[in-house]
Amino acid sequence: MSTALVTRRGRLGESTPRPDGVPKVRGEFAFSSDMSAEGMLWGHILRSPHPAAVIHGIDVSEALRIPGVRAVLTSDDVPGRKTYGLDYPDQPVFAWDIVRFMGEPVAAVAADHPDTARRAAKAIIVNYAPTEPMTDPVTAADAEPIHPLGNVLHRQRVRTGDPDATGAVVVEGRYETAMQDQAQMGPESGLAIPGEDGSVDLYIATQWLHIDQEQMAACLALPLEKVRLHLAGVGGSFGAREDLSMQVQICLLALRTGRPVKMVYSREESFLGHVHRHPAVMWYRHHADAEGRLVKVEARIILDGGAYLSTSTAVTMNAACMAPGPYRVENAVVEAVAVRTNNPPCGAMRGFGSVQACFAHEAQMDKLAAALGIDPVELRLRNVLKSGDSLITGQVLRGTAPVAEVIRTCAAARLPAGGPTTAAELELPGGAGRTADRNRVRRGVGFAVSVKNLMYGGGFDDYSSARCRLEDGVATITCAAVEVGQGFVTLAQQIAREVLGVTEVILAPPGTADIGSAGSTSASRQTWMSGGAVQKACLAVRERLFTSVASGHGVARESLEILDGRIVSLDRELDLPISEASPGEVLEETVEFHHAPTAELDADGQGDAFVSFAFAAHRAVVDVDLDLGLVRVVEIATSQDVGRVLNPVQLVGQLEGGIAQGVGLAVMEEIVLDHGRVRNPSFTDYVIPTALDMPPVHIAALIEEAEPGSPMGAKGAGEPPMISSVAAVVAAIRNATGLELPRAPVRPQDIALAGSGPGPATGSSPINVEVSP
Amino acid sequence: MGELIDYQLRVNGRERDVADAWLGESLLYVLRERLGLPGSKNACEQGECGSCSVLMDGKLVCSCMVLAAGAVGCDIVTVEGLSAGEDDLSDIQAAFLAEGGVQCGFCTPGFVVSVHDLLEHNPDPTELEVREAVSGNLCRCTGYGRILAAVQAAQETRRA
Repeated sequence: MSTALVTRRGRLGESTPRPDGVPKVRGEFAFSSDMSAEGMLWGHILRSPHPAAVIHGIDVSEALRIPGVRAVLTSDDVPGRKTYGLDYPDQPVFAWDIVRFMGEPVAAVAADHPDTARRAAKAIIVNYAPTEPMTDPVTAADAEPIHPLGNVLHRQRVRTGDPDATGAVVVEGRYETAMQDQAQMGPESGLAIPGEDGSVDLYIATQWLHIDQEQMAACLALPLEKVRLHLAGVGGSFGAREDLSMQVQICLLALRTGRPVKMVYSREESFLGHVHRHPAVMWYRHHADAEGRLVKVEARIILDGGAYLSTSTAVTMNAACMAPGPYRVENAVVEAVAVRTNNPPCGAMRGFGSVQACFAHEAQMDKLAAALGIDPVELRLRNVLKSGDSLITGQVLRGTAPVAEVIRTCAAARLPAGGPTTAAELELPGGAGRTADRNRVRRGVGFAVSVKNLMYGGGFDDYSSARCRLEDGVATITCAAVEVGQGFVTLAQQIAREVLGVTEVILAPPGTADIGSAGSTSASRQTWMSGGAVQKACLAVRERLFTSVASGHGVARESLEILDGRIVSLDRELDLPISEASPGEVLEETVEFHHAPTAELDADGQGDAFVSFAFAAHRAVVDVDLDLGLVRVVEIATSQDVGRVLNPVQLVGQLEGGIAQGVGLAVMEEIVLDHGRVRNPSFTDYVIPTALDMPPVHIAALIEEAEPGSPMGAKGAGEPPMISSVAAVVAAIRNATGLELPRAPVRPQDIALAGSGPGPATGSSPINVEVSP
Repeated sequence: MGELIDYQLRVNGRERDVADAWLGESLLYVLRERLGLPGSKNACEQGECGSCSVLMDGKLVCSCMVLAAGAVGCDIVTVEGLSAGEDDLSDIQAAFLAEGGVQCGFCTPGFVVSVHDLLEHNPDPTELEVREAVSGNLCRCTGYGRILAAVQAAQETRRA
């Protein structure tokens, strides 16, 4: 199904082209939705139209009578555990008694044509008794439980220093961020092929093959080795593929019918069928001294986890621990709570808890600057974290922390020329065809800084496995790290070339049968973790090569090195091409790479829970139409702490792409919910930035300070671009309008109708609540 | 399923038989699932994302919005028909690769078709014209920066 990828250039630090680039530009790359098999059926999932309902019965007889329908399955047909989940299995494969969100799977169909499968799903009669959905996250913790495990998914407190400390200046606010969709271009899809021995092979787009396998085996009641996952081409992820989507259902259909089954979500199903970014309601109070140095940060953060747990625990931990942002503060009282509601489940999305906290802590820093009459950039510089400082979790920052450098370089970037008075029609807010009055368009500038923890922590033993095989000067790398577009495939080849001096590097197709876990392609971790594993495997093979050559040629092992694709001795008496260094010999090593151990947080949120941190600064320039409430983002300048640049063009791609998602959340992206119902599950109504919406990105600086403990000195770069870009854009809109704008995204009515009606906050919660003790 | 029909489509210069097909199938579905041409992608199937872009009698269309049976008699060019040979890349495909315009690659075929159409009709567009021309193609990975760089590189190659 997958083709081995081969290219012949590029070491670390070079803009090596992607090995999968040629098939991708030719339309020949096999994505998970492109596969087919002889005798294949099509699967389709029937989903609940209600956010909350009791199921009194399911009648599948009509559906089964439709010609071409081969199987209709419900929860009764799940042979093993009827629930799944990344942290804890609280989410049903198929709802059987209670439906807890709109889009929850209830039944699945296999038929010989996709439209037959869809029609058959419609013919299933589900006797629902809809109930009143519980959808307000602010009151959810105290509401009637909607699940046997209760409505509090996770509570994370972080307390340090003196809770009664006060500062000369106090600013506070209530902030909100909306539910964002990953909107990865490739919809969820897969192909399941049943084996004769009751096993199943699944070709799937996911972020972590081995964790899918574990969850699926439990539901399918099969031993792990009978559930074989193979990575199919992944059309983007951004967190959407961290949880299972169709994995269990499609395998059940294949095992029941004895035929291959393909399933491809429509865009609407994709919106309903994967988790989203947690919406947040956040109350913050900052205390500072007269010079603007932070004295205390109080924060209460409520995250709407939706119907099921997913990754809410870790998102909550991140939000709480990153609550003050990249600033030093000795006293903190923070509580973050993820709650269960009848809204769609929320889980992983790029930025993972930090995006929400950053939106609030950066608005607070601007408020503090205004209250003190200090320049906002200067105020931040007075408070930046430095290496050796402690976080509010008590963890001492041992790695690099060039926070001041990212701020200084980004703030020093030249501002874009021009302005609304001279812009082309198409460059005005709203673009051509809108009736913007140039004289009522204002330019604003906003600044924001972020911190993101990298990789898994909190005591989790995070690791990746890799194998290197060297034969006749050709290296083959086997690693289950999922390529979602970020460019791990390029990096793996660069590492192998760098370490072994080879030119040709073959990447074996990732699958669960061939190698151990690589962990998830998330948390900005694969460059460090799977890059580290590939490097370690290559180094082990190089060591064996040196040993073999040393004994074969009677030279000292210590005198050997690899230079320009040749193995040479110090005195150059020995000088061989790698391909001739150990003829006929196969050198193979399989390794695991673990990052430094981390600890669980204690009851006060204290502990060394994290491995490393990356910092970024963003400066946004916007033009705002005051009458129509339309915003055009003119430019984003950024500086980022990257450790070391391993592939410049891929790094730029991460920065620009992450910023696009940040711009989206700042001004347009929101899953609109009405009593738990998703109102905009399409690209018509859920809009993401187009090439006309996305401004040029000016990379002011990439700060390269090699991170201790990182195998190549690099820090993960995927998430930081998404985090402070949101806060910077909204700060710029505040700067242009003078409005408070406590909610992202900023909608036209938040600007145009400001002051003409009730405020933008949902519900009637008091803005100034007590931070709970 | 209703009546099944047989017809022929002219795709990338070749007459292709479509047999026993449901009348309601989109051109995208028939290209992908019946003719073995999965290069046109299925990101939204409602004409919003441009990932299924093809040329129909030289006109850029979303193949998800065209009934396959309604395309009988038209010249259809898909991403698979843009490069000269099996080991060949069009100048635009090469530029996408060289400039880092490809990440996950799901939107790439649609962009490549769209940019071919743009440069065919407007060989030397301004950046704003490029942005407008590709604003019907959604990309979630790149933020468009490297895609715009690729278009510019292709323009420069053609100008040279």
